[in-house]
Amino acid sequence: MEYILIIISAIFVNNVVLAQFLGICPFFGVSKQVETAVGMTGAVIFVMTVATIVTFLLQKYVLDVFEIQYMQTITFILVIASLVQLVEIILKKVSPALFQALGIFLPLITTNCAVLGVAILAVRPDYGFDLMQSTVFAIASAIGFGLALVLFAGLREHMDLANIPKGMKGVPIAFVTAGLLALAFMGFSGIA
Amino acid sequence: MSKLNIFTKGFFKENAVFVMLLGLCPTLGTTTSALNGLGMGLATTFVLVLSNIVVALVKNQIPDKVRIPAFIVIIASFVTVVELLMQAYLPNLFEVLGLFIPLIVVNCLILGRAEAFASKNNVLDSAIDGLGMGLGFAMALTILGVVREILGSGSFFNFKIYPGDGALVFVLAPGGFIALGFIIALLNKLTKQS
Repeated sequence: MEYILIIISAIFVNNVVLAQFLGICPFFGVSKQVETAVGMTGAVIFVMTVATIVTFLLQKYVLDVFEIQYMQTITFILVIASLVQLVEIILKKVSPALFQALGIFLPLITTNCAVLGVAILAVRPDYGFDLMQSTVFAIASAIGFGLALVLFAGLREHMDLANIPKGMKGVPIAFVTAGLLALAFMGFSGIA
Repeated sequence: MSKLNIFTKGFFKENAVFVMLLGLCPTLGTTTSALNGLGMGLATTFVLVLSNIVVALVKNQIPDKVRIPAFIVIIASFVTVVELLMQAYLPNLFEVLGLFIPLIVVNCLILGRAEAFASKNNVLDSAIDGLGMGLGFAMALTILGVVREILGSGSFFNFKIYPGDGALVFVLAPGGFIALGFIIALLNKLTKQS
């Protein structure tokens, strides 16, 4: 039950992109086509989950033990950056097909603030997550990111054909669409 | 390029938020009021200027292959400095901005300037570039903050300007997207006419 609550809250109620403003850059950058959006989602689910597990363990067994919590930002970003490199190397060796599909998205993930944001949120004292809960939280957040991204990409594909005022074309209409999508997601806020 | 040019390009021609669409997460996440936007903008400026200076100083010592991780470490150190300073001297602002303070590390604007400008130019130019870009970013955040605060809570830098609470939606997430969309549309129209 507790896990279900975490999952629903992370995907719908506190959606990383639409409610918490994390990962906006890739949200606008790779949402021109549904296909690339799906690829990015795969890469994010993978990296976010692994990154959260590693940073959670580091926080619990290194930073907290030695009372150097102020090193959190530097430690976490280094873990994420090296993890992305590592994932890239391993994927290239183990599964070239998957590497082909996710390859170009991986370097972009280092500067995806959703990954760092979720890693920091998962170790917040007021959440009080254990390792299992953090992992579930990370997976659900990544799925929430993917859901928003794929929905938005679908909308944008249609928007290309729509007849809109000239000044609104391109970026401005994309922002307004994202705003309406966020408005729709606010409807979930009563659930959890 | 003259020093003045380097300084002013961050405000209009290459404004980080309105033109280049960099650093959107803090732009939308922290501009619930004008003051918060300004605070976030100045914190980012501080990190940007110092990281630009240090990157310009050490650019010849860093091997090309590891330059991105090296830049990230430099930026993360200054972000930690800002985090500790804010916690000590501006605890209220620190509470409000919360998660977005450590997230200055992944603001693509800062890494972008380190890579595109500071790693190719001298220290003085890099400092000026950082200051111009940072203040341009702060300006954009303040503008968005002012718009959202007026529409969303009916006040201007915390001074009540009309009775009532305004449309709450502009303080919440959807309003941020919509307000920024319309501001960019307006700027597009203005710049195309001139």
